[in-house]
Amino acid sequence: MVREYLLGNAAIARGLMEAGVGLVAGYPGTPSSEIIETIVDLKGDSKLHVEWSVNEKVALEVAAGASWAGKRAAATMKHVGLNVAADPFMTLAYLGVGAGLVVISADDPYCHSSQNEQDSRRYAQFAGIACLDPKNPAEGKEMAAYAFELSEKFNIPVMLRPTTRVSHSRSDVEVGDIRPPARAGHFLKDPARRVALPVHARPLHKELLAKQKEIEAELEGAPWNRLVLRGRTGVIASGIAGLYAQEAIAELDEDLSLLCLGTYPLPGRMMRRMLEHVSRVMVIEELEPVVEEQVKMLARTVNPGLEILGKEDCIPRHGELDLLTVRNAIARMMNRPERLAAKGPDARILPPRPPSLCPGCSHRATYYAMKKAFGKNAIFPSDIGCYTMAVNMGTVDTCLCMGASITLASGISHSDERASICCSLGDSTFLHGGMTGLLNAAYNKARITVAILDNSTTAMTGHQPHPGTGLTATGEPTVQVSLEALAKALGAGLVETVDPYHLDETVKSFERARDYPGLSVIIARQPCVIKARKGGQRLRPLRVNEECKGCKICIDFGCPAIEFEGERARINSLCTGCGVCAAICPASAIEEVAP
Amino acid sequence: MRTSECDLVIVGVGGQGVILISDIIGRAAVLAGKSICGAETHGMAQRGGSVINHTRIGCSFSPLVALGSADLLVALEPGEALRFAQYLSPEGVALVNTRPVLPATVTAGLACYPPIPEILSALSKHCRRVVDMDATALASQAGTAQAMNVVMLGALSSLIPLSEDDLLSSLSQVVPARFLEANKRAFALGKAEVE
Repeated sequence: MVREYLLGNAAIARGLMEAGVGLVAGYPGTPSSEIIETIVDLKGDSKLHVEWSVNEKVALEVAAGASWAGKRAAATMKHVGLNVAADPFMTLAYLGVGAGLVVISADDPYCHSSQNEQDSRRYAQFAGIACLDPKNPAEGKEMAAYAFELSEKFNIPVMLRPTTRVSHSRSDVEVGDIRPPARAGHFLKDPARRVALPVHARPLHKELLAKQKEIEAELEGAPWNRLVLRGRTGVIASGIAGLYAQEAIAELDEDLSLLCLGTYPLPGRMMRRMLEHVSRVMVIEELEPVVEEQVKMLARTVNPGLEILGKEDCIPRHGELDLLTVRNAIARMMNRPERLAAKGPDARILPPRPPSLCPGCSHRATYYAMKKAFGKNAIFPSDIGCYTMAVNMGTVDTCLCMGASITLASGISHSDERASICCSLGDSTFLHGGMTGLLNAAYNKARITVAILDNSTTAMTGHQPHPGTGLTATGEPTVQVSLEALAKALGAGLVETVDPYHLDETVKSFERARDYPGLSVIIARQPCVIKARKGGQRLRPLRVNEECKGCKICIDFGCPAIEFEGERARINSLCTGCGVCAAICPASAIEEVAP
Repeated sequence: MRTSECDLVIVGVGGQGVILISDIIGRAAVLAGKSICGAETHGMAQRGGSVINHTRIGCSFSPLVALGSADLLVALEPGEALRFAQYLSPEGVALVNTRPVLPATVTAGLACYPPIPEILSALSKHCRRVVDMDATALASQAGTAQAMNVVMLGALSSLIPLSEDDLLSSLSQVVPARFLEANKRAFALGKAEVE
């Protein structure tokens, strides 16, 4: 057997491919993006269809279509993407699958790179489908493959729910052979199972409910649920919390019973044996008390006197767990001393280092021009992408969910707010969730300006292509959708395209949009500077000459390539040559370095 | 009781190549037949922010190193060494590249960057040994400033339970062939700093 040091998401991708997946569709989102990227890397000339879909709802529906046509299929997304896909997700549980259908929803406890920390296990429970909760990359791979079998056996979609610490961890994983997808699919007409009319949905709902016990019985035997009965005090832990618990118990050398869980619905018999055996139990899981609630319900019949510790007093319901948190929770339960984290040296002398827009990032220039034209008292709803990091520039007043910049701006404009409103969102975000909002704004006469910050890629998640780039996930040329034509077709009255590196023209364009008595769209187009440089673009860097008066206007612009040294500005080696600072400088003291 | 053979925390600034070091160590561990796990920073924090990578050699538990338990802190940037020093065990060793990367808060004049000796002395009170080097200069000397992370890999190589042979064969798996010789020189220069 061959072992490789694999990223969790790469392991999941391998699991799908070793199970003969025929179609994978997804929308990029941290921490899920590398699943599709790995499949693109590994697919070679296999018939497997892999795509970046325009959003998660689309991805899940495309995957469901393939499943109904007899191909094993998977849809990948981050947890909040499942909100977008919730509509097909809930009803697919009724209608069922053709070949196996796996929904991968990667959760992000602690919001490492997300706007919330919702728990996808709740969604699986809500829809009435099985959920597999891997504790490490190896389990992610095994579960991804097994999810197809489970899906086919019970005619339901199955959720795989890795968290950031599984998707973005690495470990040594055994890899097997990649199986080619099944031969040509075929869609079998079956209106009673494919057409969600009320008359069909009512019996299908009953059928779904009736399956629950059978699914639970099947998962009793899954290798990811492990029960070790020892002392009368026990720990029940799910997913990665099981690893923290195992390590903590080993370190504390306590004689505790331990039930590690990886599947939902939870294995009832195993839970029952545990609850009958112990007199006190701690339930350890990240985020929601999904397991804890089941334990409490089961204990009422199995062991009413059982002392149950969990979210109320021992384990936080927010953020992510770690070894020390779990170790100390168990230590307290056993009346052992806590281990306090050694106090590190005083790091208060350090400057903060928040993530920020890159040197030469065109979003900075666009926002500068936007603010110059609209003034600081205008309202600037924004959206989800790299540009959200410009919150310190004063041009990001809101960030709710994908595409909400335009719709929030519309609502504000219909609320007798007197200030001008200019919202902004990226190209990929516009195509994901902004188009319907723009159509709605036009139809309902919102008087707003929409800036599409078009860097011609999905930058934040690692530069994935989208319909505006003219390339598919595998790099094949395809139709390149025009944002200008889209904006016009959706009803925008004024549509202008600018290059934000040409600052004066960009400011003028924003001024025209500000004064336009209707819905205006400014497309600020300049390729992502990281991508442009990787593609070989080298512009001549800039320098500050003797004319510098030390006014710090360029410093306030906030580009990391500009520093202040003594009495003057200085441009450091990070400069990419965008030239915007030269346009800002009132003393004309910034110039290109001579060739 | 110890639950891993060796716990490392590798820190720096997004884009410095923190993940590459852990990838090479991981591949070397696989060659040596040792279990290994690690955790990385992706996504938003990578854009010029602080990044931390946990790597645990000879460990089959969770990928996160507990606060106060790291045997080695490898810092590609001096300020980040201090920021993450709470992960170090009092018996641990810190390897520090002394070349700062100024955060936007400093270039914009909103905060000051502390003098490097102040950072190193704070660190040295906190662990068994601090080894500092200008890894960026050493990498340039080896032929490419990009190989700064490989200088740091060389520096840590004799402090982890993996052989140099395995580390170098992993290095050749991940570095483009035309840069391999420069990277090997970078590795050797880093290693010499610790000996």
